[in-house]
Amino acid sequence: MDLALATGIQALSGIATLLLISLGLAIVFGMMRVINLAHGEFLMLGAYSAILAVEAGINLWVAMLVVAPLCVGLLGVVVERLVIRRLYGRMVDTMLATWGLSLALVGAVTMIFGNTVAGFSAPLGSVQIGAYSTSGYGLFLIAATLVLLAAVWAVLRFTLAGLVARGTMQNAGMAAALGVPTERVYALSFAAGAAVSGLAGALIAPMSGVVPTMGTAYIARSFITVITGGASMLAGTSSAAGLLGSVNTLGTFATTPVLGEVLMLAIAIVLLRLLPQGITGRFFRRSL
Amino acid sequence: MTEDRRALLQAVLALLAAGFAAWWLPQVLELFAIINATVYVAMALLALSLALVWGFGGILCFGQAAFFGLGGYAYAVAALNLPDTTYAIPIALGVPMLAAAALGYVMFYGKVSDVYMGVITLTVTLILFNFINSTAGDEWRIGAAPLGGFNGIPATPPLNVPGDPGTALAPEQIFVIAVACLGGCYAVCKLVLRSHFGRVVVAIRENELRAALLGYDVRFHKLAIFAIGGLMAGLAGMLFANCVFVSPTMFSLAYSGQVIIWVMVGGVGTLLGPIIGAMLLQALTAWAGTLPEVNPSLILGLVLVVAVLAIPRGLQPTLAALFRRRTP
Repeated sequence: MDLALATGIQALSGIATLLLISLGLAIVFGMMRVINLAHGEFLMLGAYSAILAVEAGINLWVAMLVVAPLCVGLLGVVVERLVIRRLYGRMVDTMLATWGLSLALVGAVTMIFGNTVAGFSAPLGSVQIGAYSTSGYGLFLIAATLVLLAAVWAVLRFTLAGLVARGTMQNAGMAAALGVPTERVYALSFAAGAAVSGLAGALIAPMSGVVPTMGTAYIARSFITVITGGASMLAGTSSAAGLLGSVNTLGTFATTPVLGEVLMLAIAIVLLRLLPQGITGRFFRRSL
Repeated sequence: MTEDRRALLQAVLALLAAGFAAWWLPQVLELFAIINATVYVAMALLALSLALVWGFGGILCFGQAAFFGLGGYAYAVAALNLPDTTYAIPIALGVPMLAAAALGYVMFYGKVSDVYMGVITLTVTLILFNFINSTAGDEWRIGAAPLGGFNGIPATPPLNVPGDPGTALAPEQIFVIAVACLGGCYAVCKLVLRSHFGRVVVAIRENELRAALLGYDVRFHKLAIFAIGGLMAGLAGMLFANCVFVSPTMFSLAYSGQVIIWVMVGGVGTLLGPIIGAMLLQALTAWAGTLPEVNPSLILGLVLVVAVLAIPRGLQPTLAALFRRRTP
């Protein structure tokens, strides 16, 4: 019983991590059909801004939950202005430009902070479950992911901004004809996606350690989660994260972490072969 | 049929240029520079393979490095197991080609769309990278060849004189072979694209639905051009294994990314552009590596962003357009 519970929590925290690192990418992809290959570096910058804030004496929680999303959100505004805006509708070019951006950001951060591991230790100690103990921070991560997911859903579902965003997502031309400034909607969506990425980066920093190249470890995983999820940004990403996260955790549990990841990637490919439009191309089609 | 004649002329010119480079450069360069030049040529060949697949087949492959790495590893493993490394050549070409064909079958016959194709190729590269990285230790060996995990296979034997396993080829001779391969592949690409098959491939790139309605098998043509690209990338990997050695970095995203950057900067939809792009940008990266404070990734990344924004068509078409405007 205790073992099942401990394993379950392990699997849940794997799913939560996957969902957390994918959500920012999903927002940008779902809203704008833009694949941001610098997403991993947004995570990395979120982690670094949290570390810098902590070193500057700011409270750990404020650094993670406020400073990181703000910093990366602002960067998102700048990137959208300078690069993304010029390439709307040119999907492949956007991918290439953001890839260039990703390389440049890694290079710049390596120059400033050096190629060493930084980080701060996870707060909240450990929690006892029968004979097993699990980290309290892992539980916090699961809760934070749920709250974030609910918040994004609520914004999209109940606010005017969410309505406008959903309208633009469904039919940008029609929304523009009705007087919606689609350019501004896109800019704000990109900034929001970047802010969520920054938050995710700060939240995973205590678990993963922070290096300038940490983005590459996450970009492929989040990329695959989003694509496997398909067109609906929340339902798709959650279902894909649920599926791939459990495969990864169980695979890791049964073999090694490397083979667990290989198994997850292989499952994703098989899934894309069967469902070329992603999970939400077939199931939950009308969800957000 | 003047265009055909022009293609033939270009192919012959490429072979002549390659012949000249192969004859002249070893006389003026030192040994280290020769090995370096061989790496440049291998990379140019890798760029050429992606130029064919992406620029003419319209398949954006984020994992061209996977076939590059597979070619290198297949060569290294086969060369360590076989008495005569000449026999390793067909294996080094066959394995990546078959891998490309298998992957192509999944993608093209599964009707996977553009972006998803990028993701799948990227994922496969990552799987290989992770897998090879984890093969440290004695239980991971194929015949006499330890896979070596993160360290790769430092003892990759070079090619020998065919039929004489005792005599390994000198770096100069490997350079000559590399240049011949590059020139030969360029000529083959030119001629393939002029053939009926090549025209159909380009027609599919232009409008897939139209080509299908005209009765061409879109899936098969894409699969074939993808497999040819895989074979050429494997050849590049084999040449690379002959002048450096194979290691998991051959599969890394950095390599896949670099190739795309070279082709993008050189010009998508041209063959010569990516070769030039590969040479220029490698020289740039090497030069940036000597600067003390600047990280080469920063420069490479900025070059890519600026290239996408400023010269979306790439160097060769932009320069050619300029030249044409000057001389009406």
